Amino acid sequence: MACIEARGLRKTFGKNVALDGVNLRVEEGRIVGLIGPNGAGKTTALNAILGLSSFQGELRVLGRDPWIERDRLMNEVCFISDVAVIPRWIRVWQAIDYVAGVHPRFDRAKAERFLDKTTISRNSKVRELSKGMVTQLHLALVMAIDAKLLVLDEPTLGLDILYRKQFYDSLLSDYLDRRRTIVVATHQVDEIQNVLTDLVFIHRGRIAFECSMEELESRYVELIIHPEQLSAARALKPIHEHAGIGRSSMFFHLAPGNPTREQLSALGEVRTPSVADLFVAVLGDGPAIRPQGVAQ
Amino acid sequence: MNTQSNAVSASAETQASTVAEIPAERLFYWALRRELWESRSIYIAPLAAAGLFLLGFLISAYRLPAKMRDLSALDSMQKHQLIAQPYTYAALLIMFVTFVVAVIYCLDALHGERRDRSILFWKSLPVSDLIAVLTKASIPIVFLPLLTFVITAATHVFMLLLSALVLMASGGGTAELLSHAGLAQTWFMLLYHLLVVHGLWYAPIYGWLLLVSAWARRAPLLWAGLPLLVIPMFEKVAFNTAYLGNLLGERISGGGPMRTDVATGLDAMMASDNLLVRPGLWIGLAITAIFLIAAVRLRRSKGPI
Repeated sequence: MACIEARGLRKTFGKNVALDGVNLRVEEGRIVGLIGPNGAGKTTALNAILGLSSFQGELRVLGRDPWIERDRLMNEVCFISDVAVIPRWIRVWQAIDYVAGVHPRFDRAKAERFLDKTTISRNSKVRELSKGMVTQLHLALVMAIDAKLLVLDEPTLGLDILYRKQFYDSLLSDYLDRRRTIVVATHQVDEIQNVLTDLVFIHRGRIAFECSMEELESRYVELIIHPEQLSAARALKPIHEHAGIGRSSMFFHLAPGNPTREQLSALGEVRTPSVADLFVAVLGDGPAIRPQGVAQ
Repeated sequence: MNTQSNAVSASAETQASTVAEIPAERLFYWALRRELWESRSIYIAPLAAAGLFLLGFLISAYRLPAKMRDLSALDSMQKHQLIAQPYTYAALLIMFVTFVVAVIYCLDALHGERRDRSILFWKSLPVSDLIAVLTKASIPIVFLPLLTFVITAATHVFMLLLSALVLMASGGGTAELLSHAGLAQTWFMLLYHLLVVHGLWYAPIYGWLLLVSAWARRAPLLWAGLPLLVIPMFEKVAFNTAYLGNLLGERISGGGPMRTDVATGLDAMMASDNLLVRPGLWIGLAITAIFLIAAVRLRRSKGPI
């Protein structure tokens, strides 16, 4: 079953169109990266999915309309949004008590175990904790909820690299072996690349590109070009060219009628592009591409 | 596509319906605890007022034996008034403090959580906006009147014990004190007054404050207060009438004309007439319901500020 199903999702703020007809289908058990520049509509889309804002169009999350049934949906959906939103006045034990009190799928022992690994004291107020500790606390609360869908909106914003790594490690170790769906919105693409199963690029309120990570590997290549082969490579119509110091790389879409992997490897070193490079290739200044699966 | 998606929705719905849900009364309980964790002033302020009053009463106790001797010259009615007076003052002080606390609480209740963005945390949990708003409304309408009663009654008991001890120590009798303090009667009137006036009659005031708190981006006090001043003034200037002003005055004064002579005693203040049979009370409650429904809708659609 589809965990999230959106058709013609639209949201405007005055004259500003934040979501311009988004079609999105997220299957159960996938880990989807919603990737886009600032102001692309990532947060707006997630807010609609979480029942935090109204929308036009059709949207079902776990079979429910999030705007009508936000409270019931939250029995099965967890989210962490961009900044620390745990109230600053609350004490750690109060936060645990409260979530345990109102959430039917909260495993208190699990949250306690997670917190025991940190230096967070149960009696501290959130305002006394460092930013990393607040995130750990939030993570402990959310990870202890047996949710079907986890939504993360820039979850590591403002954290240092150590915490960011820790964050995704615990996310992965905890979630990888279950039938659970995760949607992560971020513009720090590189650090989540190896976590994801699917990619969705969002740009100016539209889905600009979507594919699975397997498709990414089989359909897109980055070619590190020997300088003498530049013009030969250009003739093969790369979707994007990236000139670096001393070497340049081009990105190709492997589709029928396009050059094959073998042809390209004669011109240089062939490898799978990073998500960040692909993102620039698709949304950057290069020629626009219309690969399969693009929702336009 | 449609049939397929309908089938998908249907199977999702059956799956969704099997999820255990927390019963509403438990959600209320935790939502209430959460309010008390956050706004500790709603019980600390009246407790502090009661403590301060008791301290003052303790200091005044050295005059008590002399006062009781002077009283013997007066008639029974005057005795009763003089002995009951400090108990009335205690009740009025604590009532006034909790009313102020209720107003401040309401103005911040739905504004503060948007200001510090914690609304995103609360909304990530399966507690509906309806439960959240009703819990917040129940603090000034139900919880604070009951709390006021308990604190006042406890204060009265302390005062009575203290007086009795002082009188016994000075060799005087306590019979007159006990017979004239009339606490059982006072407490009954007090409880009625708190529940009917501070709870039900004032409910539209709290509803209005909560609504503004849910709506205003900033300065909820200003948005809540200014219309109440400006609109009656507009009515006076435009039509030379004072319906709205009178209506508001009657609401805030607790059903009667504004009183300035607070010293007339609780009995007089509360026995004015039975508010429960006044249509104004029930119209006020209907208006409260409208305000609260609007606040629920606003809480759903308004994000952090």
